This record gives sequence, structure tokens and C-alpha cells, in this order.
Amino acid sequence: MIEQFTVLAWTVAKVLMIMVPLILAVAYYTLAERKVIGYMQSRVGPNRVGPKGLFQPFADVFKLLLKEIILPANSNRFLFILAPMLTLVPAFAAWAVVPFSDRLVLADIDAGLLYILAMTSLGVYGVIVGGWASNSKYAFLGCLRSAAQIVSYEIAMGFALVGVIILSGSLNLSTIVNAQSGGLLSWFWLPLFPLFVVYFISGVAETNRAPFDVAEGESEIVAGFHVEYSGSAFALFFLAEYANMILISALTALLFFGGWLSPFAGVPIIGEPGAHWFLIKTVGFMFLFLWFRATFPRYRYDQIMRLGWKVFIPITIVWILVAAVFRVTGLYGG
Amino acid sequence: MIVSELQLALPEIFIAAMACVVLIADLFVSDERRGLTHSLALLVLAFAGIITLRLMMPVGETVTAFSETFVRDRFGDILKLFAYLVLIGVFVYAKHFLRMAGLYKGEFYSLSLFALLGVMIMISASSLLTVYLGLELLALSSYALVALNRDSARGAEAAMKYFILGSLASGILLFGMSLIYGATGSLALSEIAGALGQAASGDALLAFGLVFLVVGIAFKLGAVPFHMWLPDVYHGAPVAVTLLIASLPKIGYLALAIRLLADGMGPMHEDWQAMLAVLAALSLVLGNVVAIAQSNIKRMLAYSTISHVGFILLGLLAASPAGYAAATFYTLVYALMSAGAFAMIILLSANGIEAENLDDFKGLNARSPWFALMMLMLMFSLAGIPVFVGFFAKWQVIAAAIDAGFTGLAILAVVTAVIGAFYYLRVVKLMYFDEPENTTPVTAPFDFQTVLSINGLAMLGLGLFSGGLISLCISAFS
Amino acid sequence: MPIIEIIFYLFGGVLTLSALSVITSRNPVYSVLFLVLCFFSAACIWLLLEAEFLAITLVLVYVGAVMVLFLFVVMMLDINLTKLKAGFARYLPVGILVALAMAAQLFILVWSRGLDSQVLVHAADEGSNTRLLGEVLFTEYLYPFEIAGFILLVAIVAAIMLTHRRRPQTKYQDPSQQVRIRREDRVRLVRVESEGEDS
Repeated sequence: MIEQFTVLAWTVAKVLMIMVPLILAVAYYTLAERKVIGYMQSRVGPNRVGPKGLFQPFADVFKLLLKEIILPANSNRFLFILAPMLTLVPAFAAWAVVPFSDRLVLADIDAGLLYILAMTSLGVYGVIVGGWASNSKYAFLGCLRSAAQIVSYEIAMGFALVGVIILSGSLNLSTIVNAQSGGLLSWFWLPLFPLFVVYFISGVAETNRAPFDVAEGESEIVAGFHVEYSGSAFALFFLAEYANMILISALTALLFFGGWLSPFAGVPIIGEPGAHWFLIKTVGFMFLFLWFRATFPRYRYDQIMRLGWKVFIPITIVWILVAAVFRVTGLYGG
Repeated sequence: MIVSELQLALPEIFIAAMACVVLIADLFVSDERRGLTHSLALLVLAFAGIITLRLMMPVGETVTAFSETFVRDRFGDILKLFAYLVLIGVFVYAKHFLRMAGLYKGEFYSLSLFALLGVMIMISASSLLTVYLGLELLALSSYALVALNRDSARGAEAAMKYFILGSLASGILLFGMSLIYGATGSLALSEIAGALGQAASGDALLAFGLVFLVVGIAFKLGAVPFHMWLPDVYHGAPVAVTLLIASLPKIGYLALAIRLLADGMGPMHEDWQAMLAVLAALSLVLGNVVAIAQSNIKRMLAYSTISHVGFILLGLLAASPAGYAAATFYTLVYALMSAGAFAMIILLSANGIEAENLDDFKGLNARSPWFALMMLMLMFSLAGIPVFVGFFAKWQVIAAAIDAGFTGLAILAVVTAVIGAFYYLRVVKLMYFDEPENTTPVTAPFDFQTVLSINGLAMLGLGLFSGGLISLCISAFS
Repeated sequence: MPIIEIIFYLFGGVLTLSALSVITSRNPVYSVLFLVLCFFSAACIWLLLEAEFLAITLVLVYVGAVMVLFLFVVMMLDINLTKLKAGFARYLPVGILVALAMAAQLFILVWSRGLDSQVLVHAADEGSNTRLLGEVLFTEYLYPFEIAGFILLVAIVAAIMLTHRRRPQTKYQDPSQQVRIRREDRVRLVRVESEGEDS
């Protein structure tokens, strides 16, 4: 009994070791977003709270936590409160199987990739339930748009992962990274370049980020599914969205860019693999999210659907075949 | 090893691949040139026939492949050849109607080919899993085909009924299969039969499993009291689709029954014989009596189907090679007869409006003596009047039932056949002795006329030379 | 391992209760959400059996895809519950009869054969069960697996056939045409003489 208890306590501690930095990363990601977009638009961004605005996220968090949660009239109380939690839980749960380095992983399970797919596919419930429970037409329209978009892009995303599975021969994330060992050129982005592009763009669409943010569409449906949310409930949605962006970036780094592996394999010192490489790569992809938001105009809804179904899915199917040929001929993998 | 296994399944693989080719090729064919899809589908069937003939299994030889999920034997090959033949007829007949009704779509061909694939998989199934999957493939294609005319409320209703009751039937069948799997621990039919031979009799699990299995089969075949869906579906579907679902699936369902009951549950035949006897008796009586009251010929033929299912069951319940051969013979003949009868409805339909009332057949002799004669042969054959092939089919199953000791049932079958003759002969009376309500001459494309004539004449020809087909069916079970 | 048992009964209880709520709750959206909870608890029970592939696939396919579409449709429908419940009293006796028959069957089966608690076999001792399932699926069950693929294909074809309509009157953009456009098609350079100062 004591032994079981220690195992449990140790696991909780490990979970906290992932969760706390993650929440902090989300907080500073929001600041980074405002700063980066600010500089791209020749502005300074927030610079009042703390030195150079470094404490701005804390100010935001306290503001949101102290605000009242307003329940709209005739809304469904229970589901309205439940929805933000439904979004947040899968966004964090998926991190359980992400390996930070060779040994730094909470749960090294065999079907890790499937687990991540399953968890990311659950996030849509918060959006749907929240939009429906708000009893508001803008929220409802936003949730329909967002749900249809997420479900559509999930297919392309799943197919893109099939290519990775074929080349690595495993669903375990650590094995997938190890299958890419070697330098920059032996990572999977090279043989699976179209899949990498499709995966990352689908990831942007999955998280409802610009240029695929019709679900929020400030100019037409105010803010989409979370228009009625305020205070800490809104903060949870916010947290989940940014946690999902970080997750997509981390997964792209793991699946296509060799995770913790160094791009200069074989070179002394800088050729050593380590968690820092993984973090650098993740931050790089996180930057891309911000860059997209600052530069691209919003896609129209029918164009989003067309891109997902008529462009991405055929590309992935064709490239899965190509990946299979790579594998059989021994060009890559195997 | 795997190559020879693939070779065994060559007909299935060919049909599967070509169904996809037809599906894709049709996308590049404009509506005016849909005839290309039609010709391609016919070519596919002809080639499949050649392949199956070339690889035909010799008498008495059985080979399994793909870890006991697939079986090739002479019985299966004969059924498959007839399935191609029936589908060729269906395609030629259906084209004429679909064109008139504005339903001439490529999906009809691809879905029909997928339905054929389902039938072939059922025919060659040697595991509960494959039986079920083949059944679902066939069923799913048929549901969609019934709703082919989606602007018709009647068609949508029929498709809905078909879908819900069909799913219920599949569920029941699956439940029975899972119970049998639980009792015997195997999915392969041969292993199930082996386990049954050693199992203690009176095992509740097996008994329940068998009941669900028989109910599922009866549902699919449309035997009373599980026939409710059949008249509505036949009536609601466009006649081109009714033609398909009245002929092709029957071949598959016969295989389903023989594979499951004879191959799998053979050692329990005393139990299922009694169940089939009840189903057969009810089907014979209800089908023939209710058909008399119908004024819509599609509904009349639906009830006639129910009575013919009774006859097929009569052959099956003999549980002997002769009985199975008789049931096979009956099914093959029935598929040809019903295809011909529905084709006559298409022939009389003008501008896409189905000639589905009995009155539409009034005075056909005056409008087209030749096709009146063809209809006469089809009706005589369905009624089981001597010299026509339907008579020999009835003769065979009744003889098999008597041999198995079901004399009472055999007498009932004869009595109901006589009652049933009434409504077939009524059609003949309408054609020859009533004044036509509509005097426009009967026109149809050349290929349609040719195939229909062959179909009608075959009723007489197969009747005069029935020995060949009968001995072919007997060779399937020796 | 008592903890495992406690977890099992916890999830089993949630599963049963939520299954009950699916059919008793008055709000259809709640029914769907309870069904999601059902699948989820079932997946957790799979996990306890160390069948992680089945558990994750259940969540991925049913919760992540099928039920989302269910919820989508149910939310948009305005379901009139009083109308649905109109025949309740009339069909209740039949329903009870069927339920009793099913219960009796289960009872007879369990009573005649007994419950065998030793049937749980851990097949995954060597290698993960994802790998084992994959190997069986592509060797022993290759033929049924391929047929299942064709069934799904037919489902796609049927769904598209029944719902896809060509509407020639609707206006839509053809992106490939938009991309293929050249400057000459859209812009014409016109030289306009200045009017001059001679007024």
C-alpha cells in the first residue's frame, strides 16, 4: 500500500513538473504574440507592466480571475461551466506521452501517437458544448464552423501521421524520434515534406488560428463560440488554445524534425542530443504560428473546406503511397 | 503460397477492382455517353464469367484459403456464374428504364457491382466473419440503390424501411453468430461443425445461437413471419432496382443459408429442420393467398417471392445433398423468372412511369403478341405448369422434402401452388381476353428485346431440357 | 490488487449509470453527452485490461469522430419530446416483454454454463498488443479486413450519391481558373491624351 502511494505521489509530482512550465509557457506565449505581432506591425507592444512589459501576462491572468463569470439568460448552466474544462483537459492530457529527451518522458506507451490523436480529437467537445450552451446565435454559428473545421482537418492530420508511422514502423514517440537519428538530412521532414507541410497547416486549422480563424471571426460573429464567456471561464479557453498551439509545435518537432536530436550529429559538443534541441525546435514552430497571424488574411469558410478536403487529403493519400515505396525499397526507414 | 491463394480468389479480386474502375471511369463520362459505363460493366461481367469458367473447380473438390475464411468449391462457382448471368440481364433491362426515368447514373453500375461482390463473398465464405461482411456489403449497396430516385417519397420510405429492418436482421444474425462463437470457440464453419459433433446436445448457448441464426436468414430471405419489409421495398424502389434486388441477392442468400446451416450447423440439422418447416409452411400459405388480393403487380410479385422462398426452404430443410441441389436449382430458376417478370413491367412502362398495375397488362396480346407470349411463358413457369422449368423446380424440392419425411408439408406445398396458379393465370387472362386500355405499340431497344426474348424462351427451353441444369446442381453437392 | 478492482467498479458504475441516463434524460444533447461518457468509461475498462489499442481506438473513432457528428446533428434539430413520448404507454408492454425475454435468456445462459472468471488472457506479454493486432489483422484476417474496406467504400459512394446534387444555378469560384488568370485578361493599358491647356 505504501509502495503504491509513493508511486502515485511521484507520478503527480512528474505531472506537475510538466504542467507548471507549460502554463508559464502559455502565459509568456501570449506576451510573445503581442510583442512579435507588434514589432511586425512597427509597434512596441505591451511595455507598461514590469520591465519591458515582462509582467503583463500576470496582470492579464489576475484581471481574468477576478472578473465575474456572467451566465447568459436561458443558457445551460452546467454545460456552460463544463465546456471550458472539456477543452482544457485534453490539451494538457496529451502532454503525458510527449518525450522531452531520451529519458524525459512521463508515460512511454507503445501507442503514444494514437493517444495523442485521440486526445486532440476530444478538444472539439468543449467548443461544441460551449457554443451550444451559451444560447447565443453567434456562439452557435461559431461552434458549428469550428467543429466542422476541426473534424475535417483531423482527417488530413491523421493521414499525414500515417506517413511517419510507415517510415518509423512504430507508434511510440521515442522510437519515432530515434528512427530519425543522423543529421538534419535524415529527419523525416525531407522524405515526408508534403506531409510535414500538410500536418503543420492542418495543425493551425485545428487550433482555429489565423488564417483559419473563421470560427472566431471578430468581424462577422464577434468572437465565435466563446463570445458569451468572461472571467476565468474565458481564461480556460484561452489557456487551452495556446496549450494546443504549443502541442502542435512540439509534435511537429518530434515527428518531422527529430525531437531532441541535434541537427549537427557527429560534431563534438553541438552534436550532442538533448532536451534543449527539442525546445528550440518547438519555439521555432511556435513563432510560425505568430508569423502566420501577423501576415495572412483570413480564409473564407468554403475555401477552408475546399483546402482540407480537396487538396490536403489527396496529397496525403498520394504521399502515403510514396512513403510506402520508400520503405519497401529501403530508401528511408526499415 | 499467397500467390496461389490470390489466384483462388481471382474472380472476387477482379470484380472488386473493376467495380472501382467503373466508379472512377464514370466520373469522366458525360451524361449523354453513359452507355460507355454500361458497356464496361457488361464487359466486366463477361470477363468475370470467363475467369470463373477457366478456374472452375472439379466435382467434389474443396479448397480453402486466407486462413479458412475463403472457400472455393463447385457449388460456389456455379452460383457465381449464374450471378454474373443474372446481373447482365439486370443491366440490360435496367438501362432502358433508368433512361426513361432520368435515373441513368453511373452509381447504379458501381453499386450493383459491389452488391455482386457481396454476393460472391457470401457464396465463397467459410467463416462467420466473411459471411457477415459479404452480407453487409450486399445490404449496404442495396439500401442505397433502393433510394436511387431520391426525389421520390415512396422510394425514400422504402429505403428507410429496408435499412432499418435490414440492420435489425443483420444485428440478429450477428448476435446468433456471437453466441455460436462463444459456444464453439471458432469462427471457421468447418471447425464449428467439428465442435458441434462433440458438443453435448441441449446446450442452451447453441440453441439460442441457432434460433437467432435462422431468424436472421429468414429475415433476409423474406420468409413469413419476417416478410413485412418485402412488399413495401419491392413496391417503393424504382422497378430497375426492384428487378435487381428480386433476383441477384436471392442467390447470395441461398449460399448464406447453405453455408451457415449445412456447412456450419450441419450436426444440428434436426433442430433447424423443424424451424425451417414452420417458416416454409407459413410462407407458402401467406405468400400465395395474399398475392391474390393485390392489384399492383410489383406487390403481387413480392408476395409471390415470399411463396417461392417457401419452396426454397422446402428444399433446404431436407438437409440432404439432393435437397440442397433442389434448392439451388429452384433459386437459380427463380432468379431468372423474376428478372424476366420485372423486365415485363419495364417493357410496358412509358416515359418513366412504371406500369405497375395489373390493368396495364390488359390486352397486351393485341399490342404485342410476341411479348404477350413471353409473359405467358414467364407466368406459366412461375405458376409451375408442366413443361416449363418452374414445374421441374417445384417437382425437385417437393420430392426432396418427401424423401426427408416431410410428406404433410409437401402436400401443403402442392395445394398452395395450385392456389398460387390463380393469380399468375389472371395476368394471362388479362393479356389475352381483355380489351387494351392503352393502344400505343410496345417499343423497346433491340438489346432489351433480345435479352427478354431469350429470358422468356429459356423458361420453355430449360423446361424441355431441364436435365442438364439439374445434374449441374447435383454435381455441386457430390 | 484492490486498487485495480476499485477503479474497475468505479468505471463500471459510471458506464452503467451513464448508459441509463442516455435513455432517460429529457434533453437529447444530454443523451449524446452521456453516450460519450459511456464510451469513455468503456475505454477506461479496456485500459484496465491492458488493451490500450482498443481503448484508444474507441476514443478516437467513437468519441472523437462519430459522436461529434451526432452532437452536431442533435444540436441543430428541434426535437419535440412530447410528440416522441406520445406512444410511450402504448409500447411499454411490448418493450417490457422484450426486455424480460432478453433478461430471461441471459439468465438461462449464465445459469446453464456458469460464469468463467478465468477467461481473461493477457495476450500482450510479448510485445505490445497494437503490434499483435496489426500482425493478425494483416495475415490471418487479411481477407475480412479488405472486405471491411470495401464496405466503407460503398458507404462513401452511397452517401455521396444520396446527398450530392449539382446545382448549376449556384455561383461558385473555380480556384484553378483564378490562378490561371493572366494580366492581359483583366487589365488593359489605355493611353489617354492629356486635354492640354488650350481652353
